[in-house]
Amino acid sequence: MQLTAEEQAMLSGQHGEAVALAMRLLTELGRIKGATHMIDIESAHIDGCIFYGQAGLDYANKLVSLGAKVVVPTTVNVGSMDLIHPGLVLEQTEHQRTVANGARKIMQAYADMGVNQTWTCAPYQADVRPEFGKDIAWAESNAIVFANSVLGARTDRYGDFMDIASAITGKAPYAGLHIPENRVGHLILDCTSLSEHVKQLDILYPLLGYLAGHYAGTKNPVFVGLPGDIHEDKLKALGAAAASSGGVGLFHIVGCTPEAPTLEAVVANPDQIPTHIIDADLLRKTRDEISTAVRGSKLSAVSLGTPHASLDEIKALSDELNSREPIAPEVKFYINTGRTILNQATEAGYIKKLEDSGVQVVTDTCAYTAYIFKPGTKTVITNSGKVAHYVPANMGVDVVLATLEECVESARKGVMTWDSDLFHG
Amino acid sequence: MDKNISGIPLTYGQASGEVLFLDEPISFWGGVDLEGVIADERHPQFKANSASKVLVMTSSRGSSSGSFCLMELMRKNLAPVAIVITEPDGVICTGVLVGKETFGMDLPVIQVKLSDLALFKTGQNVTVSSQINHAEAIIKAL
Repeated sequence: MQLTAEEQAMLSGQHGEAVALAMRLLTELGRIKGATHMIDIESAHIDGCIFYGQAGLDYANKLVSLGAKVVVPTTVNVGSMDLIHPGLVLEQTEHQRTVANGARKIMQAYADMGVNQTWTCAPYQADVRPEFGKDIAWAESNAIVFANSVLGARTDRYGDFMDIASAITGKAPYAGLHIPENRVGHLILDCTSLSEHVKQLDILYPLLGYLAGHYAGTKNPVFVGLPGDIHEDKLKALGAAAASSGGVGLFHIVGCTPEAPTLEAVVANPDQIPTHIIDADLLRKTRDEISTAVRGSKLSAVSLGTPHASLDEIKALSDELNSREPIAPEVKFYINTGRTILNQATEAGYIKKLEDSGVQVVTDTCAYTAYIFKPGTKTVITNSGKVAHYVPANMGVDVVLATLEECVESARKGVMTWDSDLFHG
Repeated sequence: MDKNISGIPLTYGQASGEVLFLDEPISFWGGVDLEGVIADERHPQFKANSASKVLVMTSSRGSSSGSFCLMELMRKNLAPVAIVITEPDGVICTGVLVGKETFGMDLPVIQVKLSDLALFKTGQNVTVSSQINHAEAIIKAL
């Protein structure tokens, strides 16, 4: 790999031991990925701040001890602890205490490196908006797919550890989705047969994402037949689901997302790539496949805000709860968001409405990343394709993927409730 | 006679051990437990122990958190001693590179041709040697 004089100096330790360590990692990974050179990045988003175990903390502490400081604007993903509402996180068992303590330490280590303490998986909502065409080094699958697809910024699919290496050097190997040729579409999902009614449903988008991940794996899916003015929250839900059921790092929606004004702009020969037809039957079948809970079973908890809720989503929930029947007392109702949005929503008066209705607002983490669900939680209803994908296997809890209205109605009744004919209306 | 299989060095080092051959890719996140045992019930090598083995497979799959899980196994001395794969697998190599920087230990990972993968069998004794511009796996004659 060709390095500039500046990059050689970083590698040889002239900018300190931490920078040298990070450059060794980036040049080695670049060589492995076949990169010819390094590029400058405009921002970084760190996922390595979740506490999975001692090794991640050891790495972060090593960087801190070598004097690491970030040199580009750097946001951080959720941790495994709600620093604003610590009482929400269970610390009853030995394992839960280990995770809670480890979470505090690793979050502190990243804070010591000078990150902007956003603690959110959706930094693009209120903290940082990378510009079209700019190179960035973002980790966390939903943030990656959003930045690439909705903003048109360019990040490869960075994992834990390389994210901070880029943040403390301002560099990344020129590989993967940084390269324009790798950003073309590889398969088409044709939604033209769906009714206008279905295209307006919020639940359509996590379902499309789930299907895209299933069909695409790590390739780039292209949607045709969808509206041009899809709300950003729906695109967020689509991307998060596609990056959970598959490894999608970039999708295009023709006439909607910025790199796809036309099909030809992202696919040179549409006839020569696979096309999958999405119809109402497939949507119903897919929702049934994702949902593991039995209709009419008792509801333990509602989980909204994965990825973290936007101000619009918090407002929508407060409107939905306002002037309706109360939430059943045995149901726990969580909505996750970032602290920047929490402040905006508090000022707007939405948070007080939510709390008065019995909703627990979770910040800095996510109800399924930290130990938030109470022991005995058996069923969860959610509007998140990502939660629906991970929770049954990771937590042994049954889920239903639902609209916001179905989540609220189920919470009021204390019973799992959803409409099977949603897509045929 | 020993059999020499040449490859591409992904991470550097030299190690010897017994082969564990995986018929399908594995995710280190969820697919291998904290003791190095294959924990994915749907995997053909379910319950096989990968600790201190020369792990041979096409590639890993799944979440990038697999990098952390491999590194955690390195920390506990329960990782494979070497890995032979057929793709430049970023998740595996990231875990190994960061593990080396954090714990100062080598875990050679080499890439071989897919057509050479079938030469490896579980239980063989293999030495993996990986340096700049040169990598090979030597399968010891029985």
